Amino acid sequence: MSEIVRRDPRREWIARNRLHPDHERVLAELGQSAGHGMAATEWMGPNGVIRKNPHAVGFIGPNGIKRIDRSGVQQAAAAGRGAGAGRKAAADERRQVTIEAPAFLVAVVPDMPGGRLSSHDRDLLGLARQLADADGERPGAVVAVLFGPGEGSGEPKERAGFGEAGIDRLIVLDGDDVDGYAPEARLAALTAVDGEFAPRHWLFPDSKLGGADLGRRLSARLGERPAAGIWQVERDAACALGWRCTGRGAAGTSDIQRALPRVVLALAECAEPVSETRHAVQPLALSQPLPPLLGRIEDLGQVAVDPAGVALSEAEFILSAGNGVKDWEGFHQAAKILGATEGASRVAVDDGFMPRHRQVGATGTWVTARVYVAVGISGAIQHLQGIQSCDKVVAINLDPGCDMIKRADLAVIGDSASILAALVEMVQRQREEKRDAA
Amino acid sequence: MRPDAQAPGAPSTGAQATSAQQDGALEVAVLVSVGRHPVTGRARRADQDARGVELALSLAGARISLLHAGALDEESESALRGYLGMGFSALTLVEQLPGADVVPALADRLSAARPQLVIAGERAEQGEGSGMLPYLLAERLGWPLVGGLAAVEKVENGVATLLQALPRGQRRRLQVRLPAIVTVDAAAAAARQSAFGPAQRGEIEAESAAVEWDEAQPEWNVTPARKRPKRLKIVKAASARDRFKAAAAKAEGGSGQVLTDVTPEQGAEAIFKLLKDEGVLR
Repeated sequence: MSEIVRRDPRREWIARNRLHPDHERVLAELGQSAGHGMAATEWMGPNGVIRKNPHAVGFIGPNGIKRIDRSGVQQAAAAGRGAGAGRKAAADERRQVTIEAPAFLVAVVPDMPGGRLSSHDRDLLGLARQLADADGERPGAVVAVLFGPGEGSGEPKERAGFGEAGIDRLIVLDGDDVDGYAPEARLAALTAVDGEFAPRHWLFPDSKLGGADLGRRLSARLGERPAAGIWQVERDAACALGWRCTGRGAAGTSDIQRALPRVVLALAECAEPVSETRHAVQPLALSQPLPPLLGRIEDLGQVAVDPAGVALSEAEFILSAGNGVKDWEGFHQAAKILGATEGASRVAVDDGFMPRHRQVGATGTWVTARVYVAVGISGAIQHLQGIQSCDKVVAINLDPGCDMIKRADLAVIGDSASILAALVEMVQRQREEKRDAA
Repeated sequence: MRPDAQAPGAPSTGAQATSAQQDGALEVAVLVSVGRHPVTGRARRADQDARGVELALSLAGARISLLHAGALDEESESALRGYLGMGFSALTLVEQLPGADVVPALADRLSAARPQLVIAGERAEQGEGSGMLPYLLAERLGWPLVGGLAAVEKVENGVATLLQALPRGQRRRLQVRLPAIVTVDAAAAAARQSAFGPAQRGEIEAESAAVEWDEAQPEWNVTPARKRPKRLKIVKAASARDRFKAAAAKAEGGSGQVLTDVTPEQGAEAIFKLLKDEGVLR
């Protein structure tokens, strides 16, 4: 068959002319040649050049006005069944990296609050990647050292998260003696890791959650002078390890620039987290079990703190009330039983149901809770700003279309008073069972 | 460690310590440093160290000695007198030149005096401020260290019960065998005001000690703190529409689970499960 593309200018003209009586039919015929019921937007011109018809893009909206959807949904639909596969491919395009024989190791000890990587941990892993990947031909491997009985390590889903965060090798040190606050046992374990694998760098988050303490202990034990409060790391061939770092000193009032030492305590946002690659999380283990250790520090567990006394900005668990709450007695009771700090939206404060210092949002307090339960709050933009840095948001609301539902990780549509009452009853019943069992 | 034999450098304090151990008082040493006011930059009593002194004053039956290692000049003297004004008649100064590594001198002094509890702030307000000093002392002396205290609940039979401050206003109770080194968190009780009269009357007892130089510090480049660059939100989107959406996006979870048409019990159960998974229920 001939290669020449034959055109029918009249048919093309009819296809362009929406008012022509044969328009629909011609359009359908032209569309058939592309395989679909729509006009072709792209075709090969007679000279072998791709031609585009800008008029064929888009669709006629409900008001008779032409709309163009640039999200790709329409084009993808026009392109046919490849759409779903294409989306999946787009989500999975991160490069898989496996480092078989690393030239050196960079050890990271993440905090893992609540059993998962915090944003600080991810930044630190990004920094570790930067150190490990500096030499493209002889890449190092990032080793994460985790503590505790199966903290996120058992779940394969969590492990995938580790790979995306940039972990090549994983050492899980579990056992009862490293669980909880056990700095001596953890220090002994890290010293054993250092003795066996001798990583080139040790990175710790300089945070109150434990990384700062453990890192300083390890550097005192190893006799290495650490660099604390590091927020910037740059290449510098003149330094011993090839890097130069900048960190805060003197209670944050000065910047100290020096050669990067072996032990680094880095601040949050010290580097960009890993986003373009996924890494093989290969397990590593110590060749010998840890020797038993006689600890001089004994952990007696967390103390129950009056949640009402905790500042709203640093509360971990907030039960917040809005305009939808009618049963205030029940709300206060629920906060007490659940052990949550009380918060409120602006409406509840303005109406006098809650004190001003309990207001959450742009004009009140910006909260950082791990779990934020919004009861009867529709979610004004000022309120949503205030809860930006909350991890999990639970919404209880009557209106399924409100903005808070869109933000929430779990939304329950229903009457707040009865749901809270059921929740309180559930918690009480479970506590009683625990007491009976004990 | 050095046993009860007296240290050659500090015979008088060695005698004091043994007498204290005989009469059963709790011997507490507080390490104090010269702070720096965050706004004016003038020398002052350091905030965390002052909290440490306050913590020591709250202990019943404690014999408190204040210890500072450093140089004595006009500025540091006024700052150190701030601690004396909290109700002390004397402060021990281990004389060290500026730029010296104070850890060996302090470790020698502490192993000679053998206090049961050493209280320090978390990090200095001047110099490197890495917060390593208590850790290095603990490593040298072989004593346990507990960081970030909010309070000392009690001290009995050589075991101290401590309350450690955790982030988010939480507290953890710990027991540690004495002698131990503890550091004070900003959540501990605020320091009392320093009284001018006692501050002027108090004595600063200087002791000479061998000086070891800090070799690494002169090589560093120290500048006033620069404002850290704000992290940019990097949007990796292929199409203009996605970039615009990311720039103009309202906060939305997207993947949230919505339960409609459920009984209150079912709803409560879902919430209960989430609270349980997050570990916020106690």
